[in-house]
Amino acid sequence: MNPVLERTWRDPPGVVGWFSSIDHKTIGRRYLVTAFAFFVGAGIMAALMRLQLARPENTLIGPDLYNQLFTTHGTVMMFLFAVPVMQGMAIYLVPLMVGSRAIAFPRMNAFAYWVYLFGGLFIFTCLLFNFGPDAGWFSYVPLAGPEYAPGKRADVWAQMITFSELSGLLAAIVVIATVFKLRAPGMTLARLPLFVWAMLATAFMILFAMPSVMLASTALILDRLVSTHFYNPAEGGDALLWQHLFWFFGHPEVYFIFIPGLAFMSSIIPTFSRRPIFGYPAVVMSLTATAFLSFGLWVHHMFATHIPELGKSFFTAASMLIALPTAIQIFCWIATMWTGRLLLATPMLHMLAFFFILVLGGMTGLMVASVPLDLQLTDTYFVVAHLHYVLIGGAVFPLFGAWYYWFPKITGRMMSERLGRWQFWLFFIGFNVAFYPMHHLGLRGMPRRVYTYTDEMGWGPLNLLATAGAVTIAISVLLFTINAVMSLRRGMLAGENPWGAGTLEWATSSPPPSYNFDRQPIVRARDPLWEPPLGELREPTAEPTHIVGLAEHTREVLVTTVQDAIPDHRLAFPQPTLWPFVSAIAVAIMFLGSIFTPWAIVWGGIPVALFATLWFWPKREETDAAIAIEKRP
Amino acid sequence: MRWAVVLFVLLAACEREQRQYQLPPPQASFVKQGHVLTEHNAYAMSQGKTLFRWFNCSGCHSNGGGGMGPALMDDKWRYGNNPEDIYTSIMEGRPNGMPSFRGRINEDQAWQLVAYVRSMSGWAKKDAAPGRSDSLYPGEPENMRDKRN
Amino acid sequence: MQSILQSAGPQAAHIESLWWLTLAICTVVFLAILVAVAWAVMRKRRGDAATPPDISFITKKERGAELAVVAGLGVSLLGLIVLTVASFVTDRALASLGAPDLQIDVTGHQWWWDARYDDQDKSKIFTVANEIHIPVGKPVLLRLRADDVIHSFWVPNLSGKKDMIPGRDATLTLQADKPGIYRGQCAEFCGAQHAKMAFLVIADDKYEEWAAAQRKPAPQPSSDQQKRGRDLFVDGRCAMCHAIQGTTANARHAPDLTHLMSRQTLAAGAVPNSIGHLAGWILDPSSIKPGSNMPPNPMEPDDLHALLAYLGTLK
Repeated sequence: MNPVLERTWRDPPGVVGWFSSIDHKTIGRRYLVTAFAFFVGAGIMAALMRLQLARPENTLIGPDLYNQLFTTHGTVMMFLFAVPVMQGMAIYLVPLMVGSRAIAFPRMNAFAYWVYLFGGLFIFTCLLFNFGPDAGWFSYVPLAGPEYAPGKRADVWAQMITFSELSGLLAAIVVIATVFKLRAPGMTLARLPLFVWAMLATAFMILFAMPSVMLASTALILDRLVSTHFYNPAEGGDALLWQHLFWFFGHPEVYFIFIPGLAFMSSIIPTFSRRPIFGYPAVVMSLTATAFLSFGLWVHHMFATHIPELGKSFFTAASMLIALPTAIQIFCWIATMWTGRLLLATPMLHMLAFFFILVLGGMTGLMVASVPLDLQLTDTYFVVAHLHYVLIGGAVFPLFGAWYYWFPKITGRMMSERLGRWQFWLFFIGFNVAFYPMHHLGLRGMPRRVYTYTDEMGWGPLNLLATAGAVTIAISVLLFTINAVMSLRRGMLAGENPWGAGTLEWATSSPPPSYNFDRQPIVRARDPLWEPPLGELREPTAEPTHIVGLAEHTREVLVTTVQDAIPDHRLAFPQPTLWPFVSAIAVAIMFLGSIFTPWAIVWGGIPVALFATLWFWPKREETDAAIAIEKRP
Repeated sequence: MRWAVVLFVLLAACEREQRQYQLPPPQASFVKQGHVLTEHNAYAMSQGKTLFRWFNCSGCHSNGGGGMGPALMDDKWRYGNNPEDIYTSIMEGRPNGMPSFRGRINEDQAWQLVAYVRSMSGWAKKDAAPGRSDSLYPGEPENMRDKRN
Repeated sequence: MQSILQSAGPQAAHIESLWWLTLAICTVVFLAILVAVAWAVMRKRRGDAATPPDISFITKKERGAELAVVAGLGVSLLGLIVLTVASFVTDRALASLGAPDLQIDVTGHQWWWDARYDDQDKSKIFTVANEIHIPVGKPVLLRLRADDVIHSFWVPNLSGKKDMIPGRDATLTLQADKPGIYRGQCAEFCGAQHAKMAFLVIADDKYEEWAAAQRKPAPQPSSDQQKRGRDLFVDGRCAMCHAIQGTTANARHAPDLTHLMSRQTLAAGAVPNSIGHLAGWILDPSSIKPGSNMPPNPMEPDDLHALLAYLGTLK
């Protein structure tokens, strides 16, 4: 505990301090809690849908509400839970894993969180007031266009996209800058933890894919609000344009969710196998290959359209090909487990579930990758089953495992192993009972997005089974919440490194102090805590093991080079400030207003510009402090 | 103050976003009730716009500019532009050629047409009025028209 | 039943074969991975947080594991190539159905279907709604359009689906090899009643007779009650949207009712075609399909009976 550093880096106290925090750990925790709350909200919507579908011709929920429910469920899960929660994990853990005191662009990081929060609260509120979006989570035109989607529901959807785009892009920039420039000296790219590699790949993908959906949704808002004709076939527009623009983003998007799941696997499996991962270079290249390849698959969401068959075949081949990098990683993990000594604690159980659930989802993915098969299977419950198997098996199970794994680091207390096992098995069994029957429903002709079906179709029994599974999932999530809340107060104290792991976040107290590390380490190996000189087999050496010489009375950070992490220069970091919060409010008002009138961009832009200017206005004390430490810290 | 604006916006949604798939059966006060349900209701105006096309109102009124029949998007109203007046014009007909549609269309459909016709001269709230059609359509969509008195 | 695994025509049969091949390969792969994981887990080499991590692997060459991973990669690549080639072969097979001599223009509306049977001889063109008959054993070309939003034509027993996108025309060729009733359903979310937008494709070994009957206009009503029913239809609300060939009702905004009684279902497969269901549908469609564009039609019981009597003659 270093009182000087603590005073320099801590969040300011009080209510104002709460809104001014720019500590990546605080922001990361907020992302996780907010995303989990949205997960529960969207899960309740799913439970309602399943209750409606449990019986044929059920009258629990009518078509209008049902359409809003399935749209909002998908939208919230994809945009407001799955991507932000992974970004939140990155924001919390990446600076710790690379041995830095701070995340790059901390104020922009805070701003991104507030924009995310406002976008999420907004869409839930709209659903409560009967103007939740109702055209599906990918909102095809012309159904979402001005003629067939009266009212403001589709505008709400499109503008919420804008919120989450902005938030996602900014968080991606923050992660890239941190990974490239704020690493501990000696952490060359070849020594980067696989978690960090995966988050870096994800961030780059976000950077290139999100502008596509921003363009699509902006064009939709313009069509609806000021009658442009982007998607109007009669005036030279094209309904298919929407699909191309959306899916060019939409396919990489599922990899924004899946690749962090791979990050968790590559972090947790080695720890619980008591050995470094097998095939580190292969895993890194697989992550990179997946990131690139994922941009070449988008038409497989459009196989039922009249795009020429030859073009579609290319996307079949690409969609099959992308299975290979994932297969490589799976084989490397199996090799790691095979030659290691396994500890089957709750985090590891969740990783094992991946091999069952994600792999099954990947197999159904190969099925829908083929054009002819997809022509039968697309837009049916088979695809609903496929997407939940890959997303829940590939991301949500590893995410829950990651929460059990890093909860001790974040809070200082262990979660209950007993409750964890109950929760895991309920989730695993409930998930399979809920989603496996959907494969059969799809094969038996049940399309997606139907609020009811007739008795003579024979889909009743399987739907009832799926509903039972959904209820089981709900119970397991409740158990998890209880576990988390109870463990916060009464969990076993964790200590620095309860799992005996090898990466740098475990080289500091749990929870970490506001300044992350008492002394920032210098890294000479891939798993720094396992290998010399920081690991057990410490050998006496004349080389320095920790950074010395940075200022402690002011926020000073060491910036290193991109490839080899050689110290490059010292940088003064900003103090906590309210401007990110206030600017986010101004931006939210501007976006929300533009749902109703285009003038909101003009009038709303003025406070945004004003606040941004004031945000960056240099302060005399900060400049003086930076100059004072320039020559001598 | 901020919360008041937010609440106002949210509560406005109740009126705008309701989908009346099943309007209540006609009663003694149905005239007022139908009017209340469809005025400023986005779904009703959107349906009205579809019915305007289906029932060939354009045959005499064009897309609001008028032809054989008077223009509907201007500020001249021979028989008044209150919702009840327009409803009566449609259901009972008017001298000089407006046919009576009583017995040909439902009361709910008539009210949807009333709501749409009022939006043609900018009398509907901008956030509820229909946007552009997915077709060739001359002129501004209804949600960009200013109120004509 | 509406099922992918009960193919009744060559298109669906090709896809079904591909399904079984893919299922077999995927099952083998899935089980192999599960076995590998299970083996790794059950080797009983256990440790805990205090077990020192084995960092000898950093310098040790793991030839066995490397070989296994490369072998796994090779087998995976082979499997993927087989699946890809099989997919392309099936694609080609789907495109090799013979030249169709029957052409039907199917248009999707919110939330019903109309089908116009095209013919070189213009006098033989006719229109039906929601129930399409095709000859047995002959290829049929469907030209697919949408009137409003994107719909998708899908009859799983006969063929994969094709999206109907406004502003663009798509085509689908299919063939039914055995007579039967094949149910299809809209497979692209199209609004409030997407769930109840079904249709029937009936492979009819008496197709020519059916087509000849469909070409005829509606018969003249014989009894007074039927005449009154016809007048109610033509002079009232019905004719604003529906057409009956042989009367002055000729609107195209709703299904063509000329041969309503020849169909098995009403309201695009929502209810069976019986007098009771028809009465219920006419009086209050929103109780069956809330959100449907058909308005409620409350009427006196005598009027309703007359209308039903007339509609009952539309065979």
